[in-house]
This record gives sequence, C-alpha cells and structure tokens, in this order.
Amino acid sequence: MRKHADRLFQALSMATLIIALAALGVLIFDIVKDGGSRLSWQFLTNIASRNADEAGVYHALMGSIWVILITAALSLPIGVAAAIYLEEYGTRSRVARFIELNIANLAAVPSIIYGLLGLGLFVRIMAMGQSVMAGASTLALLALPVVILSTREALRTVPSTIREGSYALGATKWQTIWNQVLPMALPGILTGLILALSRAIGETAPLIAIGALTYIPFAPDGIWSKFTVLPIQIFNWVSRPQPEFKVNAAAAILVLLVLLLTMNAVAVVVRDRFQSRGRG
Amino acid sequence: MAALAFTVAACGGGSSSSGGTATTGNTMVSLDGSSTVFPISEAVAEEFQKANKNIRVTVGISGTGGGFQKFCRAEIDISDASRPISASEVEACATTGVEFIELPIAYDGIAITVNPKATWADKITVAELKTIWAPEAQGKVKRWNQVRPTWPDREIHLFGAGVDSGTFDYFTEAINGKAKASRGDFTSSEDDNVLVQGISSDELALGFLPFAYYEENATRLKLVPVDDEKPDNGAGPIAPGPDSIRTGTYQPLSRPVFIYVSTKAAERPEVQKFVEFYLANAEKLVREVNYVGLGDAAYTMVGDRFAKRKTGSVFSGVNTVGVTIDQLLSKERAQ
Repeated sequence: MRKHADRLFQALSMATLIIALAALGVLIFDIVKDGGSRLSWQFLTNIASRNADEAGVYHALMGSIWVILITAALSLPIGVAAAIYLEEYGTRSRVARFIELNIANLAAVPSIIYGLLGLGLFVRIMAMGQSVMAGASTLALLALPVVILSTREALRTVPSTIREGSYALGATKWQTIWNQVLPMALPGILTGLILALSRAIGETAPLIAIGALTYIPFAPDGIWSKFTVLPIQIFNWVSRPQPEFKVNAAAAILVLLVLLLTMNAVAVVVRDRFQSRGRG
Repeated sequence: MAALAFTVAACGGGSSSSGGTATTGNTMVSLDGSSTVFPISEAVAEEFQKANKNIRVTVGISGTGGGFQKFCRAEIDISDASRPISASEVEACATTGVEFIELPIAYDGIAITVNPKATWADKITVAELKTIWAPEAQGKVKRWNQVRPTWPDREIHLFGAGVDSGTFDYFTEAINGKAKASRGDFTSSEDDNVLVQGISSDELALGFLPFAYYEENATRLKLVPVDDEKPDNGAGPIAPGPDSIRTGTYQPLSRPVFIYVSTKAAERPEVQKFVEFYLANAEKLVREVNYVGLGDAAYTMVGDRFAKRKTGSVFSGVNTVGVTIDQLLSKERAQ
C-alpha cells in the first residue's frame, strides 16, 4: 500500500513537470512556426521600417545588449556589496531586520513604479536624459533586490569552517570574504544575477516610462545615446494592424529568446568553472 | 573574479565611447507622443532618413499626454498628438516658455463593424449607437431588437477599444457626449487585433475600432455606415472611407491628428527641414499607413502656418467632433 502511494506521488510529480514543459514547448513551437521563416541575417542587421519585410531588429538588439550589460555592471557590485554588508558585517538589530524586510518587499514592486522613479531621478534630477545610462540605472534598481537576496542566500551556504580556517591562518575579515567566501558563493550569486537580468531584459513598462524610443534609426553609440530595446519593438509590432508585422514580432521574440539563453549559457559556464575550482 | 573583471570591462567600454550624442544633439530631431500618430511620423522619419543621412530622427510613444509633458519641458522638438493640446497643457508650456506651432497632419476615423454574417446590420444611426453604448445601457441593452425593433431577437455582443486608448475617449465623446462615459460591460482591448479577431468570429458582434484596422481586415469584417441624421453634412448613412472622412461627411466619428512643433526647435535647420518634408510628403505617406490625408488645399494652408511660424492653437478647447480642417483653417485665415 505504501509503495502504491509512493508510485502515485511520483506519477503526479511527473505529470506536473510534463505540463510545465509542455506549455513551454507549445510556446516555443508556436513562435518558431510563426517567426522562424522570417529570421535571416538581414532581419538582424536592418533597422525598423514601416514595411514589414524591410524591417529588422538591429537597433533594438544592440539597445538590449547595451542596456543589459550596463545593468549587470551596476547591479552586481552594488548588490553584492550590500549583501556582504548585511550578511557578514551587519548586526541582528531591529533596523537590520527592517531593512531586510523592505528589500524583500522591493522585489515585489511593480516594474512601472521603478520606471516612474527612474524618470524622476535619473532622467530629470540627474539629467541623464533618455539615455542607455538612465534605462540601465532604472533596470539596475529593479534587479537589485533579487541580486541582494540571492547573494545573501549564497553567502549563507558557505560553511563556517571555511571562515574559521581562514581566520586561524591569520587572515583579516576582508581577506576571508574576498579570498574564501566570495569565490565559493559565486555560483549562487551568478544564478541570482541571471534571474534578475532575465527579468530586466524582458521589461517594457519602466523603459517606456523613462522615454525609451520606438523608432530610432541607429544603434546606441555610447551610454549617453538614446535607445530602444527588443520588448518595446515587439510590443509595437504586435499592436499594428498589418498581419506581416505579427510575423516580425514572432521573429523578434525568437531573437530575444536566443539572447536570453546565451546570457544564461555564459552564466552556467562561469558558474561551473568556479564550482570545480571550489571543490578542487 | 572573472565576473568582476567582466563587469569592469563592460563599465570601461561604456564610458570610453560616451562622447558626443547627448540628449539633444544638434543633428537630431526628436518626436514623441501619441501611438495613433506614430505610424505616420515613423513613415516620414524613415523616408526623411533616406534623403538626409546625417540627420537622425527619433520617434517615441509615450501617449499624447506624455508627449505634451516632455514637449513643454523642452525635452523633445515635436509632439505627436491625437487630440488638440488641452488648456492645462497650454499653461504648462507657457510656464516653461515653450511656444508651439500647431499642424494638423491627417484624419483618423473610427469604423463601426459587425460580422459579415450579420446581414441585418446594414446601417446605424448615432442615436442608436448611443442607445447601445450609453452608461445607462449597462446590463439593460442586451439584444439586437432593443436597438431597432426590426433587428433579430438575439443577443448583441459588444466589442470596443480599451479604456486607456484615445480611440475610446474619442468614441465616447462623439457618441455619448462625454469622454470616457460608456457602459462597462463589453469586451474591450487595448490591442485592436483582439477586437478584429472577436468580431470576425462572432455572428452577433458589434464593435468600434480604428479605421486602419478595418482596412487591413476588410474581408473578415463588415462595415456599418453611420447616419448622424444631420443632412447638412451628407444625408443618410455614410460609410467611412478616404473621401467621406476628408470631406467631413463621415461624422461624428472622424477626427484630425496633429504634430506640435516647438518654435525654438523650428529655428534649427534640421527641424525646419524635417517639418517641411513632413508636410510635403504627408498626403502620400499618410495613405500608405492607412490614415486619411487632409488634401492638397489643406496641406498648403498648414504649410503656410508653419512658414509664418503661427503660434498657438486654433483647435484647443474647440470640440473637434464633427469639424473639418478646412473649416477651421479658413476660419483662422478670415480673422
């Protein structure tokens, strides 16, 4: 009888997994069916156009890459530093708990709110204009809570024996964190960063709020350049009356998927390298 | 550590190439505003770009209101608007000292459509539309024969533009007399393709959507001519089309759309060149993206407005429901 229940549960778990994967499979199949034929080198190197078959995603793809790189460059050091403070130096005081709670809350704030904050703070007060820098700063704010939370989790998984061993050899607290704890926690930190960036790369609302453009005939040429990103281009194409633009949108979604998967792959490679070093 | 190095590299790469293009570089023309006007501005920008490789034109979509906000802060050169500038926006521009030239550039129409199988719906009056869409109709008007006794005793399924769209605002103002006043129990979507899909697969559907969407899907939808029961602008039911929209006989469901040019920006040669290009090519490009052009005479008058740098709004505060550009512009000339 107990074995039956066990089998049943196994089957049930399997079924839920299949449902989740099937949904993903159908989604990818549908997009490839709609947009696969539209993908070409020309689609990647052309810029937006009102003629569906001349239109491409070069400007938006480059914009997305620029924005996501700068977002990573901003959110990783700040997020990791904040997490190190909270986890390694911070005390268990009431204030610390209050801060912790609010970081968790921040992770759940709707993205448009970050957009409005970005518009007020980065675009206007700090006079960044509607630049890559302003967009990336806004998305970095969005990514930060997730980076901080996952970095803290990762720091917690480092066994205390490692820290104690390091102290025993005469290392200072900073040396211990920098040379022992951080490298061991890096796989976890990177997983968190990738999760956060994956969310950021698909965001449309906050970037529209700060004034990212829709028609822009050039790729960004620096962090102060104006820009657009793939999700905005997709959104624009989907909302057009001509059916040919739907095909373009599907193809652009594929480009976005590939970009996302490439990002994930890079993170996996980096993570694996550090994991094997940690063990060795 | 590799990740940190990568981070630093990305940072360095960013700042080293950051020279030059600030928010308002002097060879840039920036437009922002209505999503309705976007296809027109985009088409013009694209053609202009082909002829002038050294001038960069960018077009954003922050909505008419969002566009005016940026415009009055002098963050952009030209504002795309699907309605005239409002009194409070005129004030906002006045405080920051932004003066503007108002240029109508096209007409946008709203089409009333049904499923091709709905053979009974061959025309509809504005009064009947009001019976259907008035706020009081909510939960009460549910069958076709409640609108007109000769129509079948079957359910009516309503579709309409989403409440955040300019199309919804304009439709409710034209039909119910007040923007945003409408019944709430209908299938609404900000994505007009959803409406096309819904109406074309439901025999009992009736909906309103931008004329451009009808044109792209003319085989799947049936157009219902509208009778405003005012014989002085065309007697009987009139279907939307380039002619009826332009001559102002398709009333009250067609409206002008605009660009607003900052006078300060217009002093820059690239902006001047762009606006002149816009007006010279509008008729052709507007048609191409499924809007209705103003006609040569009106474009000449509009061009004249720009050449004379005539500031201020003739349309602001005027109820644009049922007004033609020619009427308004000639009225201004007469003064």
